[in-house]
Amino acid sequence: MMPAAEMVHWWFATGFLVIGLLLFAEAIVGTEVWQRRAWRKYLWPSFLFGMGVLMWPVMTFFTNSAVHMVAHGSWAQFLMLAGGAELGVARGKLHSQYWRLCSAAAMLVSGTALLVHEQQHWLFARAAFLHHTLGWTMIVGSIFPIAQAIRPRSLTAATGFATVFVTTAVILFCDRDSAAIFGHFSQYAGVPHR
Amino acid sequence: MSADVAHDLQAQAEPKERVATRVRVVLALGPLASLAGVAWAIAQPWRLTLLHPFGQGFWWLFSEPPLYVVLVGLLFRFVVAPGIAADLEDSR
Repeated sequence: MMPAAEMVHWWFATGFLVIGLLLFAEAIVGTEVWQRRAWRKYLWPSFLFGMGVLMWPVMTFFTNSAVHMVAHGSWAQFLMLAGGAELGVARGKLHSQYWRLCSAAAMLVSGTALLVHEQQHWLFARAAFLHHTLGWTMIVGSIFPIAQAIRPRSLTAATGFATVFVTTAVILFCDRDSAAIFGHFSQYAGVPHR
Repeated sequence: MSADVAHDLQAQAEPKERVATRVRVVLALGPLASLAGVAWAIAQPWRLTLLHPFGQGFWWLFSEPPLYVVLVGLLFRFVVAPGIAADLEDSR
């Protein structure tokens, strides 16, 4: 009855892709044009917050160890924190540009959690490789929201932030629980999928 | 034509061109994403269980990642992008 873990990755990949496209569009047209319609400025922060909320059922139903529970729980909390802070900025309740640091914190915590909760080495199976890749993508990518907090109008920082989301989506879409990566597959990894 | 006037006209023309480019890029984002989804579906048809649905459970029939990508691109193109392009044109 339960969906496979990889399907949940694909659903979240879809969410990341939506946010990535929205962020790209905002970077291209600029914040002033982006915020001309009230509903539009809440779009991607709402998706981010919503994905944080949806991480809670993931934590509840896909917990196969304590470290998985801590990792999924921390993602849920920090996605909600980042989404909530961005919603506050969009609404005008929060004014400081440094609230963007919440997104950087979310990426740093998510990246660390991805690396810590992946117990296998890089080439154990595709899922292990992708979790390591995702973890480092998040950690390195956190430089972009930090840059945005310091220079809010930086096009490089804005497009970099969007690129991290699209890259994350691609990596999550590639996920298969037990499939070979670059021809490698551990004999302990289970039954291989395509 | 006075050099000052010509310079002013040039200064006005540049932003228009830049705006038009931005509009084109924003309108292209969705179709590009959809195209990526179609290319993925062609490259890995086994990711679409709808093409061989017999014996598949609900979740495998519901999970069609290449179609998700196509759908996201189409939604962006027809729901979000037109408003952005219109606002960008108005901002000239």
